[in-house]
Formats: sequence, C-alpha cells, structure tokens
Amino acid sequence: MSTATSAQAPAKSGRGTLYRGNEGQWSWVIHRITGVAIFFFLLVHVLDTSLVRVSPEAYNAVLGTYKNPLMAVGEVGLVAAIVYHAFNGLRIILVDFWKGGTKHHKKMLWAVVALSVVTVGAFAIRHLMLALGGH
Amino acid sequence: MSTTATEPAEGPSKVDLGAQGGGTGEIPSFDVTLKVRRYLPETSEDAYWDEWTVTMYGTDRVLDALHKVKWDIDGTLSFRRSCAHGVCGSDAMRINGRNRLACKTLLKDLDLSKPILVEPIKGLPVEKDLIVDMDPFFQSYREIMPFLINKGPEPTKERLQSAEERERFDDTTKCILCAACTSSCPVFWTDGQYFGPAAIVNAHRFIFDSRDDAGDMRLEILNDKEGVWRCRTTFNCSEACPRGIQVTKAIAEVKQAVLAGSF
Ligand code: HEM
Ligand code: SF4
Ligand code: FES
Repeated sequence: MSTATSAQAPAKSGRGTLYRGNEGQWSWVIHRITGVAIFFFLLVHVLDTSLVRVSPEAYNAVLGTYKNPLMAVGEVGLVAAIVYHAFNGLRIILVDFWKGGTKHHKKMLWAVVALSVVTVGAFAIRHLMLALGGH
Repeated sequence: MSTTATEPAEGPSKVDLGAQGGGTGEIPSFDVTLKVRRYLPETSEDAYWDEWTVTMYGTDRVLDALHKVKWDIDGTLSFRRSCAHGVCGSDAMRINGRNRLACKTLLKDLDLSKPILVEPIKGLPVEKDLIVDMDPFFQSYREIMPFLINKGPEPTKERLQSAEERERFDDTTKCILCAACTSSCPVFWTDGQYFGPAAIVNAHRFIFDSRDDAGDMRLEILNDKEGVWRCRTTFNCSEACPRGIQVTKAIAEVKQAVLAGSF
C-alpha cells in the first residue's frame, strides 16, 4: 500500500473557479454581452434620433459630436457586436431547429467567426477611411 | 493423511508476478496534489481550499485519491459515492473546473504537474464539502413524470415495440441522474427554477417511447417559461454527461416536438 506523503497547507481561502466550458459556453457569453450592448445602443439611438422632432438644431448638434475619430472606432465596435450577434443568432436557430445543428455547432461557430471577421474587416477599412481620411 | 502437514491447502501461484512481487510493482506510481474546495458549516461560514499530496497509482481515479485522504489523513473530508464504477450517479463533482464523476476520472488523464482542483457541483446548495442538496434536482425530475403512462388495457404479455421504435429514445435511457448536466448549465446556476437538462432528458425518454401515451402532457409541462425555452445551447451539459448522452440534441428534439404539437 502506498502512503500519504504529507498533509500540508493550512486552510487557504479564496474563491471557487470559473466553470471551464468550451466553445458553446463562451459563444453564448459573447452573444449575451453583444445583445445587451446593442440594446443599450438602440435605446440611446432612439432618444437622439427623436431629438429631430424636438428641434432639428439640437439634433444636428448632437449628431455633430459623433463625428470624431474615437466615435468612428466605437462605431466599428458596434458593427462588430451586431454582426457577431446576427450571424451567431442564425447559428443558434440552426442548432435548435436544423436536424444536424447540434452535431455541427462547433463548425458553425467557426463559420460565424470567419464571416464576422470578413464582414467587420471590410466595413472597418471603408468606414475608417471615410471617417479619418478627410471626408 | 497422504500429504505432509506443511503442504499448503493450495499450491503457490504459477503466474509470474515479476521481481517486485505483489503484482502491483509494474504499475507506475506518482505523487498527486489534491486541492479540494471545502465547506464545514459547523466550524466556519466560509468555504476554503484544502490541499494534500498523496502517492497514487496509474490505475487510480480521483475517487481513489479522495478515499486516500479521507481514510488516511483527514476523516472529515465529505463526499458522496456509492458504486464507485459509474453506475449510481452519486459522485458528480467539479474536477479541474468541469463536471465529472470522480469514479470515472483517471488521475493519469489529468495534468498532474498542477494540483487537481475538486469542487462541488454548482447551482445546488452545498451542505458539506462536496455534498450538495439534490432535492431541487429530483423535484424537477419528478415533475416530468418519469414513468410509463399507458391508457390502453393492461396487456397479458410484454408491450411490443420495433427495434426502430426502441432506437428512437435509446440515447436518453442511459441517464444515471448524476446531475452533472444540470449543474453545468449557466441558466440553472442563475435560475434554480429551470427544469434543467436532466429532467428534459428523462422526459425525452418517455415522450419518444411508442408505448407511452402521456407525451403531450410532458410537452405541456416543458412548454413552461422554466421549461425547454430556457435552454441557451451552451453544450456544457453534453460535454459533462458521463454517459455520453447527447443532451443538447435531446433538448432540441423536445423543443421541436413542443412546436410541432402546438400547431
Ligand atoms: C440582427 C438580427 C438579430 C438576430 C438574428 C438575433 C438573434 C438572436 C437569437 C436567436 C437570440 C436567442 C439566443 C439564445 O437562445 O441563446 C438572441 C438573443 C438576444 N438578443 Fe438578439 N438578434 C438580433 C438582433 C438583436 C438586437 C437588435 C438586440 C438588441 C436590442 C438583441 C438583443 C438580444 C439579447 C439581449 C438577447 C438575449 C441573450 C441571451 O438570453 O442569451 N438582438 N438574439
Ligand atoms: S443526462 Fe448525463 S449528466 Fe445528466 S443526469 Fe443523466 S447521466 Fe448525468
Ligand atoms: S460512485 Fe457511483 S457513479 Fe461514481
């Protein structure tokens, strides 16, 4: 019989660990974060757009503050969130309702990531050139 | 009295046990460090980490290491186990961050250069160390009526079923109710009312059984706001199931059946 070599380490506190889920768990975490982020953007967007009915001058003033490099980068982030959320949303629908969905969910996630990178990449190049390169 | 008195009742084994004798000499042994998340309500309100280093063999599982600690070092370490062979479903726990049965997780398959982290399964109230209160889990299980309901006349022989009909729900018959799936689900962690994967798996087992007549009732139960629609398809359950049940697939099939039935 083997023997126990030591009974060391006094009680150490500290928190428990995160659950180590894989692709499915993290794709869902990002889906929820992007969903909530889009929701808050839309909230603000509805408010600033509705300013137009209050006073077109105030509307133009507010929209004018959006035209700076920081905002341009932020807009790329927003588009990235929407694009991932939309493509992954279609993937979730396929997982739930297409017969082969659960079997191919990982492959479909990589397709979502690839499509998102291409779409956001193309948008970012165009958008930042327009926003930063003069007009 | 034909044999001499010193002759043993049974002769020595003819099997070559190797130079070290005992038969266990060939199995490699190594030191493993176990780091267990402990909770002892009698002594402290807070959970904490406890650590032991023990010498184990290549054929040992995490359960054997826990036994070694409990039997040789610290008898207060508490965990559930019964069959020790992956049948009873008692010893689901979180090993290196993922839900596993301690009795089916070989030490040699883990990264032994670091301590092995062992924690109770999430989402159910911890009673002591690795022991959680399973009542909410079994309550959801009861609610989906996990038994055959057949409204026809009592047959005099078996209830016949074709091989194809049996195959339809074969995967979900394998469940041992260990709760590894349900307690791996992020939705269940934050919403303890959610039926959870295990209840849906066991509903699936009867919904798709051709001999059962209460599929519609079960689908109605699971069409609840705490039912199948809570599922966010994270696949944690499918990856945790020690029986290899395709849990997310079973849930998706129940979702589809709920929709098909409501038109
Ligand atoms: C562009 C088209 C969109 C598609 C295809 C889409 C698709 C989806 C799908 C299928 C889900 C369910 C996720 C699940 O069951 O796990 C979902 C969740 C969600 N969506 Fe969208 N969505 C879109 C746009 C939006 C917009 C514009 C918003 C913000 C107002 C939004 C906010 C959310 C939120 C907060 C969730 C909840 C996430 C969760 O519970 O995990 N989505 N979306
Ligand atoms: S489906 Fe698998 S993980 Fe869930 S309770 Fe049954 S055996 Fe355990
Ligand atoms: S002790 Fe029975 S399943 Fe592990």
